Order: sequence, then structure tokens, then C-alpha cells
Amino acid sequence: MTQLVDYADAVRRFDPVLGIEVHVELGTRTKMFCAAEVEFGGEPNTQTTPVSLGLPGALPVVNGTAVEYAIRIGLALNCQIAESCRFARKNYFYPDVPKNFQTSQYDEPIAFDGWLDVELEDGTVHRVEIERAHMEEDAGKNTHVGGTTGRIHGAEYSLVDYNRAGIPLVEIVTKPITGAGDRAPEVARAYVQALRDIFRALDVSEARMERGNVRADVNVSLRPTAEDPLGTRTETKNVNSFRSVERVVRHEISRQAAVLDAGDAIVQETRHWHEDTGVTTSGRVKSDAEDYRYFPEPDLVPVEPSREWVEEIRSTLPELPQARRRRLQIEWGYADAEMRDVVNAGAVELIESTVAAGATPAAARKWWMGELARRAKQDEVELAELPITPAQIGELQRLVDDGRINDKIARQVLDGVLAGEGDPEAVVTARGLEVVSDDGPLLAAIDEALAAQPDVVEKVRGGNQGPVGAIIGAVMKATKGQADAKRVRELILERIGS
Amino acid sequence: MTDLTRLSAAVLAEKLRAREITSVDLTQAFLDRIVSVDGAIHAFLHVDADAALATARDVDARREAGEDLHPLAGVPIAVKDVVVTKGQPSTAGSKILEGWIPPYDATLVEKIRAAGMPILGKTNMDEFAMGSSTEHSAYGNTHNPWDLERIPGGSGGGSAAALASFEAPLAIGTDTGGSIRQPGAVTGTVGVKPTYGSVSRYGLIALASSLDQAGPVTRTVLDSALLHELIGGHDPRDSTSIDEPLPDLVEAARQGAAGDLSGVRVGVVTELQGEGYQEGVQARFDESLDILRAAGAEVVEVSCPHFEYALAAYYLILPAEASSNLAKFDGMRFGLRVEPEEGPVTAERVMAATRGAGFGDEVKRRIILGTYALSAGYYDAYYGSAQKVRTLIQQDFDAAFGQVDVLVSPTAPTTAFRLGEKLDDPLAMYLNDVATIPANLAGIPGISVPNGLTAPPEGGAELPTGFQILAPAKADDRLYRVGAALEAALEKSWGGPLLDRAPELG
Repeated sequence: MTQLVDYADAVRRFDPVLGIEVHVELGTRTKMFCAAEVEFGGEPNTQTTPVSLGLPGALPVVNGTAVEYAIRIGLALNCQIAESCRFARKNYFYPDVPKNFQTSQYDEPIAFDGWLDVELEDGTVHRVEIERAHMEEDAGKNTHVGGTTGRIHGAEYSLVDYNRAGIPLVEIVTKPITGAGDRAPEVARAYVQALRDIFRALDVSEARMERGNVRADVNVSLRPTAEDPLGTRTETKNVNSFRSVERVVRHEISRQAAVLDAGDAIVQETRHWHEDTGVTTSGRVKSDAEDYRYFPEPDLVPVEPSREWVEEIRSTLPELPQARRRRLQIEWGYADAEMRDVVNAGAVELIESTVAAGATPAAARKWWMGELARRAKQDEVELAELPITPAQIGELQRLVDDGRINDKIARQVLDGVLAGEGDPEAVVTARGLEVVSDDGPLLAAIDEALAAQPDVVEKVRGGNQGPVGAIIGAVMKATKGQADAKRVRELILERIGS
Repeated sequence: MTDLTRLSAAVLAEKLRAREITSVDLTQAFLDRIVSVDGAIHAFLHVDADAALATARDVDARREAGEDLHPLAGVPIAVKDVVVTKGQPSTAGSKILEGWIPPYDATLVEKIRAAGMPILGKTNMDEFAMGSSTEHSAYGNTHNPWDLERIPGGSGGGSAAALASFEAPLAIGTDTGGSIRQPGAVTGTVGVKPTYGSVSRYGLIALASSLDQAGPVTRTVLDSALLHELIGGHDPRDSTSIDEPLPDLVEAARQGAAGDLSGVRVGVVTELQGEGYQEGVQARFDESLDILRAAGAEVVEVSCPHFEYALAAYYLILPAEASSNLAKFDGMRFGLRVEPEEGPVTAERVMAATRGAGFGDEVKRRIILGTYALSAGYYDAYYGSAQKVRTLIQQDFDAAFGQVDVLVSPTAPTTAFRLGEKLDDPLAMYLNDVATIPANLAGIPGISVPNGLTAPPEGGAELPTGFQILAPAKADDRLYRVGAALEAALEKSWGGPLLDRAPELG
């Protein structure tokens, strides 16, 4: 294998151009062209009809909800919505395609000419131009049995599950993404992530990467400078995590730079991504001319969404993730960097719920981005996976605000909640952590402390309040931290002054 | 006792309703007829006597119980093998579907079953409806009851021959370029291709999706109207189905039979007569025009200048769609599966071996043609151009129907040719459909009505000819009005149905 070029060196000498195709499985109740119900994890070949099995005589009928979802996606990506568009047949023989053609949209996508502003972790915004978003149906799933690799080579036989065949997909295709330079991998990742967030906000898909609800095909090419024509691209198929999207781009840039440095040409081909080794390998060479013999699907009439319907859908679009973040930042009064950290930590929803539970935005951020972030990191889990709810954080903060516990005790309460001891109130009661607010026991402790440190008392009497902390510390120690430090200070000063 | 098998479906339905006969007796009469003559005709690929009689018994019991039944309840029917029937073989005349038992019914079959009509069996056809003679069936030839050495037309030769030999009172056909009308013409039976979208295609094993249409195959115009009204109407499972009620077809047929065509403007298509049309065919056609004039119709000549390109366009569009529709036959999920004789057994090689063994020559020819027509670099020149021609033909029809109510022509240019005569000459075979194809390209309805006999050019016994009537889309009622008027006048002049003059069988 060719030695890779160091990434920094590659992007210094080449201008990377990306093209990303994202497929999202729509969360409709039934399939794209028939009434077979869709549910994840069903027994093989139980979610089928004559249509999705491609039996002789069966005919497709377009799922209206899928069209509505596709329009939602198109509108969210600032696309035009076609007044009339047709499906086409993409003809190719493969056992997981029941009819041996995929019903897709070819030259008449339902949505086209859009854009999406993608925000990188440091707040840089990169605009990605959208070429089109079109509807199509998913293929079935092949399982290769026997052999060692689970791949078709060496397998004894293959099984096909048609449960997935015919599930509605929307494929979103970007125009060439230029100008990202050395940040191309980040842009790619942020773009796919932004799409995932949009799919969820629109409620058109569960958009779970690990289930293959969202799959990305990543095209990468290099050219010497931004002024040069586009270079030959490779397409890495079925990249199924955000991190992999970023790694694929990075790897392809280094790999292609090496090929070009060696004086060789990039082969236009499909490549496979290997998660374990972090490399792509050559798949099908595109030049052996796949001819899909597209032609308009004669079994379906054109889809003609009325303008009224499109406007109705537009008017009911939910707030999109980016707009929502902007609104919340203003509402919460966070600085740009603070908000970015919150977003990057996946804490937006958590903080929103915590604020809804009564905490101030500042307090909510303090908890989630401070102590809880530390615990999550320590346990190597996501914030949202910690066994504590925003409502519990709200309650905890209320206890502090009411002066019933102090910050230090609050951390102990947190321990209790995380340990499954119940809500903060319950933990406070069970552990006996309530602040000592009766002055009686405090005064006893203070007198003891003053008696033990007469020199300090002298200094304070002399007008130097600095050393008073030493006495507060002694009192707190004596009361096991349960005293209200502010009150202790007041009492000490009263005592010394009297 | 009357031979029930020679009566029209309308008369049989009347007798059933009046409880003069039972469906069991009627069904048994046709089953007996099949046993006695189908050895010579071979109209059926599959006869299901038990299922037919079970339906008949059920409908008789329901009638006995006083249930409100469909007008055709208890009248048996034969179904072309390209239409899927749950639990009964549906091969489309192909080896590749041998042994496949569909798990579902076509919409029109559901309607037939719901009406309580016993299904006698499945009729022979050219493989996947590709042909004009039924000689391309993988299961042997069907013989024309008028002359057993001759073809019964195609692709629906089985349904037409079943009607012409009194093996069934009704049948279902499908018409992609003339497969209902041309067999009707050469067997002396009536066949209707309804408006595209007026009969559901759900459950029709597709040949060319944009051209296929199922319709009635009968012995009388009224029978076609009765059956058309049963099988037609909107079906949400077929996106191309028209969401409007059918016109009143039975009423139109009854009105036409009264014989008055005053005010009806009839257009004779200049391009569908004369050269290439057998002399006797043209003569019978001209006589029929006189009959229409006598009934009060105004007959004028209209030109449809683009029809000369219809056949060429059709033989690009049909194979293109067929090449894709027939891709699903690959041995992976149903039907024939053939493993390669040597070498590795991969999915691709099993598909190739299965298709190689399962498809006949005509099917392969059209798949190759269609694959080529859709290929990158050729698409615009072939498929694209053909679609433009299709638009021009539609415009020709629009212009013509601006002047006249119906258009007419001979249904087929010749009488039935001899078995084997055109088998090695695909182009000669394709020319049989020259007059029927334009209607499919435009999606408009057409009927073929028997309009006489003429001796074939080489001599011998006289053979039937057919008269084609075409109407604008969704005006299928005009076919029935004009067709019934012609039929009534012709039968009056003949002193009975044309089929009474067919030779006795068996």
C-alpha cells in the first residue's frame, strides 16, 4: 500500500473538495410503495407484501406520508419543492432488490437547490449547498452464511431479508463542498451531524446511526489549488458514524495526496471504509460503466404537491436545531464560547429541562458543565446517560437557593442521587445533611474555636479581619460542614465585637 | 334441451336469476364441453373443476337463501393466465413461472370471486403476452376453432378460442397492443380493450405497464358490457387507475341494439385501410360502414398522419418497459430456479441460468431490444423518440375526435394465418397489430366486433373478420352503442350469430 502523506502536508499542498450523499430512512408506519408495516428487528421476511417482494402482478402506490416527510426535509434544507416530479426505475440485478430495479427519483427530485449552514465546534460556519433531495426505496438485507468473514466471498450461501426492502428513503446530495481546506473532515462530520439533528427535530426519522437509519456516502477529490478544475473523486460508501465520516475524509485526503505525489492518477471508484484499521480499500471501479437504464416509472403517476400543501407544511415546521440554539443562547444569556461548549457537550436539552424545572440558566450550566461533566467523563458516559434527571438538578439547586444546604453539601446530595438513593430531598433527609441553622450549637462551636485561638481574636479586634477565616474553618470542621458559612462569619464578628 | 354452452352470458344470467338453471349445472356443462373439445383446441392451461363447482354450489345456495346477488352471479368465466389467481397456477404462458402458485388475487379476480362467478380455469397465451398467434406459449399452440390448422390470434388466443368453441361464456383478456381485439377478430368473438386505467392492473403480470389493459372477451357486445362493468372501476392499489365512475356501458349496449345511430359521427381512419389489408377484410369492412350509414350514422374519412410511426414506436416502448418488468424473474424468490451446469453457483450465475432456461426466444428478443433502447447513449434516440411519437399519435386522436364520435377500422389486416406461417418472421407477425396498437399508445378504448367471413388469400374455408371501433378515453360507452348496433344489424342479416356458422368440433 502507498505510504500516506501527512495530513497537514496534504492539505497544505492540495485543495480538498467533498460531496456527501446522505440516506435517511423515514419513520413512516408503512413502506414507500405498499402497506407492509415497518418495525425494527422483526423476524426476517415478515414485513412484506406482494409489492415489496416484487411478486408478479404487484403494483406500487406512493406513501403520502413519505412525500410529506421528504417535503419537510426539503424545506428545512432551504430547497425548492418541485411542482411535479416523477419516479424512475434504476435497473440492476441484485438479489436484495426484489424487482431487480429500484424505484427512485432520477432527473426529477422532489426538492432541489437548497443550503445548510453548518457550525463547527469553534463556531465557524460553513455553508453547504444542497443539490437535491429525492425519494427512493431501500433494498433488502443480505446475510452471507459460512466462510469466515461474513462477506460474500467464501460464503456457503446467502440469505435475503426483505423486511427492509421498500422502506422509504430520502437521499440528500450536496453540490461540491469547496473552500473547507484543512477543515474539510470537520465540515463533513458537522454536516452529517447537523442533518441528523434536523431529521430528529422534524420527526421524520429516529435517525439512529447505529441502526443504519442514516448512512453517508462520502466523495473526496483533491486539486492543487482552488482555481484548478475538480480532480477525480472516490466515493466511500455506507459510512455509518459521525466520527467515521471525519476519519474517511481525513484518510482519503492523505491517501489521494500520496497517489498524486507518486505521479499516479486517482481512479474513480467506490471504496469501502474499514472502521478497525481506519483505511479505505478499493471496491467497484466506476469506469466499468454501470448503466442503470433509468426511465420514468410507468406504474406511478407524477407526484404533484400543491403549493397550498407545501406552504401548510412549511408553516408547521418545528424550530430547527440551529435556530433553537440561537434563541436559547439569547434567553440564557450565555457567551458564545459557553453556548458552544454546551452544544458540544450535548447539554442543550438537559439545561433546557433543568431551567424548566426552576433553576436559573447559570445554575443549570454550572451543574451540567461542571460537576456532572466531570462525573460523566470519569465514568466515560454521555451526560444524558448519567442516572440523574434535569428535574432532580432543579430540586437540588432549589435546596441550595433556600439555604437548606450549601454548595459543598450539594455535592454529597449529588452523590446520593447518582447512587440511586432517590431525589435530592430524600437524600438530604436520609443522610441528615440539612444545614444547621439554629444558632445555639453554632455559638458553642464558635466559642470553643475562639478560645482555642486567642491570637486570632486579638488581630481581628485590632481591625484586621483577614484571619477570621481560620476561625470559620474551625467551626465548619466542628460542625462537619453543615453550618451556613455566611452565618458563622456574622456570629464570629458579633462575638468578637461584643 | 337447449345447449347451455351456446347461450350468451346475458341470457344465462337471466336463466340463473329466474332459477330455470343452476350454476352447478351450467358450470358442469362448460366443464364437460372443455373435456370434449379442449383436446383439439387447447385453450386452457389449467382447469380447476373442483374450485369452479364449489363456487357454483355456493352461489346456488346463496340464491336459494334469497341473497341479493350480482347480475353475473353463477355465470362461469375463464381467465387469461397472465392474471394472478390465488391458489391457482398463473404462468403467463412461460416456463419461468411453471409451478408458481400466487399468494394473492388480482383486483379483477377479487371482483369476479365476489360476484360469485365460477372460474373454470386459466387460458393459454403467448409467453408474457408477447405475440399475435399464441404460438409463443411455452405450453403448446392453441387452435382456431374455425380451422384447427390456424392460429387463434394472440396473445390472448386461449381466451378467444375458449369463447369461439363454447368452452366458456365469458373470459378475461389483456390487451397491450391488440391482444384482446385481434384474437376476437380472427375467432369471430367480441373483445374490448377498455380505457387505460379503467380496469385495475393490480395482479396483471406486467408486459408494458403504460400499455397493458385487461378487458372482456365474449361472444356478444352486451356480454362485454356486463363483464366490463364488473371488472372496471377505481382501485387504490393501481396508481394509474382512474378515480371516476365508469359510464353506463350496459345501457349503451342495450340502446345500440335498438339500432338507431342517428347523429353519431363515424370516422374511417385513412391510414388503417387499403394497402396491406386483405381484400375480403376490406370488403367486409366497407359493408359494415354501409350498415352504420343505414342505421343513421354519418360516416366520414379522417386522417391520422402519425399512425405510420405507431408500430415502430410501440416496438421501442413495449420492449423497454418489458425488459424492466421482466427483470424480477430471476429464480431468487419464486418460479423456476436453474443452477448453472458447471462452475460456481453465484446469485448472478443462477439468475442467468434461470432466465436462459426459463424465457422463450420472443421474450429474449424483446428483453434485448428493450435493454438496448434504454441504454446510455441510445435512450434519447430510441425510447425518447418513441415517446415523442406517442404524443403525436395522441394528438392525432385528439384532432380526429374533434370531428367524429368514434373511429373505425378493420381490427386485423388479415384473417387467421396458418400455424407456423409467420413464426420465423417477427416483423410480419408484428404487422398484425398495426391497426390495434395506436389505441394502446393513446390509452383510448377499442372494441372488435365480428363482421363477417372471408376466404383466406390462399383459398379454403371462410374465416372471420373483425370491425374495430375506437372512442375517446373514458367514453367506452360509445364502443358499446355503435358495436351493439352493428352486431344487431349483422346478426339480422345473417339470421343468427356468426359463430353458428363455425364448424362443429369433436
